[in-house]
Amino acid sequence: MKNKKTLAIVLKYASLLLGAFVAIVPILAIFFASFKTGTEYTTTGPLDLPASFTYFENYTRAFNEGNMLVGFRNTITILIISVIGTTLIGSMVAFVLNRFEFRGSKYILGAFLLATLIPAVTTQVATFQIVHGLGLFNTIWAAIVLYLGTDIIAVYIFLQFMDSISVSLDESAMLDGASYFTIYRRIILPLLKPAIVTVFIIKGVNVYNDFYTPFLYMPKTDLQVISTSLFKFQGPFGAEWQVITAGVMIAIIPTLIAFIFLQKYIYNGLTNGSVK
Amino acid sequence: MSSFKQMIGKVKFSNVSYKAQRNIIIIMFLAVPLTLLATFAFLPVANMFWYSFTDWNGYSDKNFIGLENYQTIFTNPEYFSVFRVSLYYFFATFIQLGIALYFATVLSFEVKFKNFFKGVLFFPYLLNGVAIGFMFLFFFRAGGTLDTVLGMFGLGDFVQKWLGNPDIINYSLAGVSVWRYMGFNFIIFLGAISSIPNEIYEASEMDGANRWHQFLYIILPSIKIIVSLNLILAVSGALSAFEIPFIMTGGANGSATFVIQTVNTAFKYGKIGLGSAMAVILLFIVILVTGIQRKFFSEEG
Repeated sequence: MKNKKTLAIVLKYASLLLGAFVAIVPILAIFFASFKTGTEYTTTGPLDLPASFTYFENYTRAFNEGNMLVGFRNTITILIISVIGTTLIGSMVAFVLNRFEFRGSKYILGAFLLATLIPAVTTQVATFQIVHGLGLFNTIWAAIVLYLGTDIIAVYIFLQFMDSISVSLDESAMLDGASYFTIYRRIILPLLKPAIVTVFIIKGVNVYNDFYTPFLYMPKTDLQVISTSLFKFQGPFGAEWQVITAGVMIAIIPTLIAFIFLQKYIYNGLTNGSVK
Repeated sequence: MSSFKQMIGKVKFSNVSYKAQRNIIIIMFLAVPLTLLATFAFLPVANMFWYSFTDWNGYSDKNFIGLENYQTIFTNPEYFSVFRVSLYYFFATFIQLGIALYFATVLSFEVKFKNFFKGVLFFPYLLNGVAIGFMFLFFFRAGGTLDTVLGMFGLGDFVQKWLGNPDIINYSLAGVSVWRYMGFNFIIFLGAISSIPNEIYEASEMDGANRWHQFLYIILPSIKIIVSLNLILAVSGALSAFEIPFIMTGGANGSATFVIQTVNTAFKYGKIGLGSAMAVILLFIVILVTGIQRKFFSEEG
């Protein structure tokens, strides 16, 4: 009995270590390669430590020649506008649908529900024509309107959260003569804060990592985001894996920093956001 | 925002009756979101249906050609056979959920370095898709990370052309997909399991239940709904697999999925009518799968 228990514990930790190993090794190899010189790269194996962890030549080359500054600038611009826009749109829709019942309100809720069933990647063929027709092709607005219009998970998160905000708060504010707008702005919006954090995180991760929207709609070099600028490394750097891996690290580092500092919020955000 | 406030200031919003306010707020708060929803979520679907019955190439007139595009897809193996590739991702999904469920269960009990393991197993999910693509191109190269690791464990004989061999490439790519998305399911499952009250485990231990019994009779039943929800998300994700193979191989070597084929047909070869028909078929399949799942789900729930 005791042996059996020990064996179970050993197997448990062995499986955890194996899982951690599989998760880390691909990243670790990239990390090592990014610090190697050209000749060092060709003469050492992927899991051999680099001679020095202070050799930043690959990073400067990746950053400058790979135009990653432009990528970061565009990603941040799009990210900020999309995240704030999504929060406003989502909370406004949730406020109206949760607090008022009116003719058609059920259909509007249904329309938002239905839209989540459409996998966006399948409709790009036709979306492209619309974006093009509106003159948004090759502008950052292409990505922004698509992030605001098609990814409506925020509406759900806010709708769910609105249920827990008591209507009596609205009513007592109304006794004080507050307008509906004041109620939304001064009472609902501040109380939605935990839901807003969730939306920021889910939306932030999606926008930072999205590839096909900028790839399809913003091919212009000035408009490349992190994903698309990294994607372009394939050609010019060919077999210079030490530079490509540095580019990959540059794209990963902001994610790692955000993860380390926001861990708790990220876990909660995903758990809250997934329960539809 | 500020112009909105100014406007409200001008009409002295708080002096207007609540009934009138209500109507104004409903219209103002819904106008922009509904316009965006209609323009970028529903109009494309409607247009896609219409294009799918035409021979449009993006510039020509749209001539109605009936079901010809659909006929082409179902009779020309070049188009429909790529669905076979989706099956790799489809089956990988079950492995992915199994691994996620295993780690979520293990980590919901007493474990040393719990936060470390939790973080490490979850972190890949947060990474940029293009970064993952390059990472695994490096991983699968001849003499790359995978070959080195296999060598380290004396498994050098198992080395393959991971991305060069058409018989293996889809396993490799589906594996990357599992690596990328497992952490998401894992965190969701972990959250669901941790909401099970401790007393239930304690009571079951008094009745002599072991961990396996606890998993089977306590954990699994209480997270059944979350598991099936994740299954549906993962399955529709697998059917529309695109990023990983597109970034890593561009669909070469028999790794083109249905979405890659659709995107190429429409954008690379300009056959928008045909590409739309393919997208319509995929949309139907995804909705069908979701519908079946939802039905099953509401009966259970």
